[in-house]
Amino acid sequence: MASHDCPHCPPPTPPDDRRSFLTKAAAIVIGGALAITAPIAGLFVFLDPLRRKSDSGGAVLVASLNALPENGEPRKFSVLATRIDAWNRSPNVPIGAVYLQRVGDKVRALNVVCPHAGCFVDYRGAKNHFFCPCHNSSFALDGQVQDPKSPSPRGLDDLVVEIRNGTEVWVKFQNFRAGTHDKIPV
Amino acid sequence: MKAFFDWADQRTGYKKLIHETLYENVPGGARWRYVWGSTLAFCFSIQVITGLALWVAYSAGSQTAWESVYYIQHEMWGGWFLRGLHHYTAQAMTVLLVFHLMQVVIDGAYKAPREINFWSGVILLLLVLALSLTGYLLPWDQKGFWATKVATSIAAITPFIGPELQKLVVGGSDYGHHTLTRFFALHAGIIPGAIIAFIVAHIYLFRRHGLTPKEPRRRPDAAFWPDQVLRDAVACLAVLLVVVFFIIRYRGAELGAPADASEQFSAARPEWYFLFLFQLLKYFPGGTEIWGAIVIPALLMGVLVAMPFVGNWKLGHRFNLGFLWAMLAGVGLLTYLARTEDAASPEFILAVQSAERDAARVIVLAQSPDGIPTAGAVTLLRNDALTQGPKLFAKNCASCHRYDGHDGLGSQPKDKISASDLKGFASREWIAGLLDPARVDSLHYFGGSKQKTGKMVKFVKEDIAEFDAAQKAQLQKLIIGLSAEAGLKAQSAADTRDAVVITEGRKLVSSTAMNCTDCHKFHAAGTDDPSAPDLTGYGSREWLLAFISDPSHARFYGERNDRMPAYGPDKILTAAEIGLVTDWLRGEWYVPKADKTPN
Repeated sequence: MASHDCPHCPPPTPPDDRRSFLTKAAAIVIGGALAITAPIAGLFVFLDPLRRKSDSGGAVLVASLNALPENGEPRKFSVLATRIDAWNRSPNVPIGAVYLQRVGDKVRALNVVCPHAGCFVDYRGAKNHFFCPCHNSSFALDGQVQDPKSPSPRGLDDLVVEIRNGTEVWVKFQNFRAGTHDKIPV
Repeated sequence: MKAFFDWADQRTGYKKLIHETLYENVPGGARWRYVWGSTLAFCFSIQVITGLALWVAYSAGSQTAWESVYYIQHEMWGGWFLRGLHHYTAQAMTVLLVFHLMQVVIDGAYKAPREINFWSGVILLLLVLALSLTGYLLPWDQKGFWATKVATSIAAITPFIGPELQKLVVGGSDYGHHTLTRFFALHAGIIPGAIIAFIVAHIYLFRRHGLTPKEPRRRPDAAFWPDQVLRDAVACLAVLLVVVFFIIRYRGAELGAPADASEQFSAARPEWYFLFLFQLLKYFPGGTEIWGAIVIPALLMGVLVAMPFVGNWKLGHRFNLGFLWAMLAGVGLLTYLARTEDAASPEFILAVQSAERDAARVIVLAQSPDGIPTAGAVTLLRNDALTQGPKLFAKNCASCHRYDGHDGLGSQPKDKISASDLKGFASREWIAGLLDPARVDSLHYFGGSKQKTGKMVKFVKEDIAEFDAAQKAQLQKLIIGLSAEAGLKAQSAADTRDAVVITEGRKLVSSTAMNCTDCHKFHAAGTDDPSAPDLTGYGSREWLLAFISDPSHARFYGERNDRMPAYGPDKILTAAEIGLVTDWLRGEWYVPKADKTPN
């Protein structure tokens, strides 16, 4: 720029090294501080989700025992609970779904989410098994992987069930990490 | 005027810039094979403009995203065209990226000294795919929601940082507001910003090294303007025409039913150009998923990135060409397999039909005078009898009953029919069938239940079968009178028209001549200790609610009830759910004014 403006001016004299070092260091330090302030401010908010835990609260009343067929056929039920979505708190809304089935005088609850990649597993009565409509994993009625070629690394996630007052089926509803052999709550 | 342009040029140097832009040398003259880069730049500019316009009306949030997209699509001037333009141009971009990559590899444009430019192109390819992936979720419909869940689940298996990465992308443990705000920030800010930076670098490097001519050169070198510019413009026009064709043909981009984590969605599929990855995952049994999801795609990208080095080897270019064709063939084959597998699956076809039905229905409800509540459009379908009635029926009633021969949703239940078919329950046709000696003990009515051997079937088969012509005429009036008790919406015009016959018919139900009140109660007539259901208000909303709630009540079958559970007292269904089944069976659901006939 300077040479363009002033073609006959002498070139600038190189600064002496000691002064120049301080100048460069100061410029880099100040410049660096200016450059990182905004990204760091943003980074905190960006990383905030890491400290958020899933709200895996206590057991939820899901159904009446009377709603489950005596023959042990699974039935799908929405799980109604308080859903916390960032700033919203909505009581009594569906937060997920489970398959419930009678096993003797007990009840088995399986989360409908496929442990492979998170799709909603389908119960297929004709074949008496659960089938994932995404990548074709199949599961026996007890939730175990049926076809060994199934992409799912583990069986359907069973949930803790409590029968209260004789007929109320309460389920401790939880979601688990997909794609892992172990059942790790999220 | 010239003085002004000279003045401006002295201060900006714009003439030189324009000259450099337009008179860049095209070795061997203009050719059609050089158009792909320009078509991509054109598509990207369309995406920026349409994206900004969509941004003007879009609201990222789990109760506003679908709703604002619905509003753009169905309520705003030209919104459907704008969305369509954005949606189909995105698809065109993916196709054009493949063409561009093919042209670059075939022409050897990746070789020295253009390696860095090639890599910037590979990064641009990945960034554009990332735009597609993030954009798919933004309408917050069932399809985008479930397909993206698969993508973020895959993110979680990334070695070392998977779960943290997933949380950062999803914005927490579950999908919600922050999933949308993050995807939107990525889709509309971060990724486009990166794309612009890389496009600048890409074009700068392209200009620095010049175009890689396709040998042999057929003509002498020429300037970019006007021959190549015309070819580029024609190619861009062709792209635009194809995009507009799809917009018109499909009336803009698809919008499914609002996302609902508790609602089954078996039609979840990624955008068609990701289907090969989706299909690939099916071949990796439990525990080996990482190979299909991460390792193989990463290796393929690794080979792509290594092309400039491989190209230095004697047979390198041929290897690169072979690799490219093999990869494209593999992608094509996997996409074909994914498509044919779905097309051959009756369950998938039903799931797609159900998804389309819900998508169409929620629009009707959103356009009703009540509009969309602040809790979001997802509640519209949850509270809609036409949507929930068949699902509740299939789950709770169809192991014995049928609806028009199926389970309400079009499937056949495992158990055989053993109770009446309830399509048109309490209508004139339905009652006429019940009182028909040939049909009363068929599976359509009482043939599968305990009532088959009951007094009603006996009465119809023995007494009604003997009716003379006059009695048959009376029976017709009785049917019309009894059916009017239901007050069915589908029969309201006929009921108004036949008011006189209805009065006569009701008298006939009460009369001793027809024997109804020997067992049934009907308003004031009949025994105080009836042995059959009370026919007062038969089939009306109140009657059906009470019946479904407790068929063993003394008002209905009492101890003679066969197997039907007491859905209310036994808490099998909530009052709201019984209401939804009742309304659906009675054909009571919201119908827009222009089309009053329920289907």
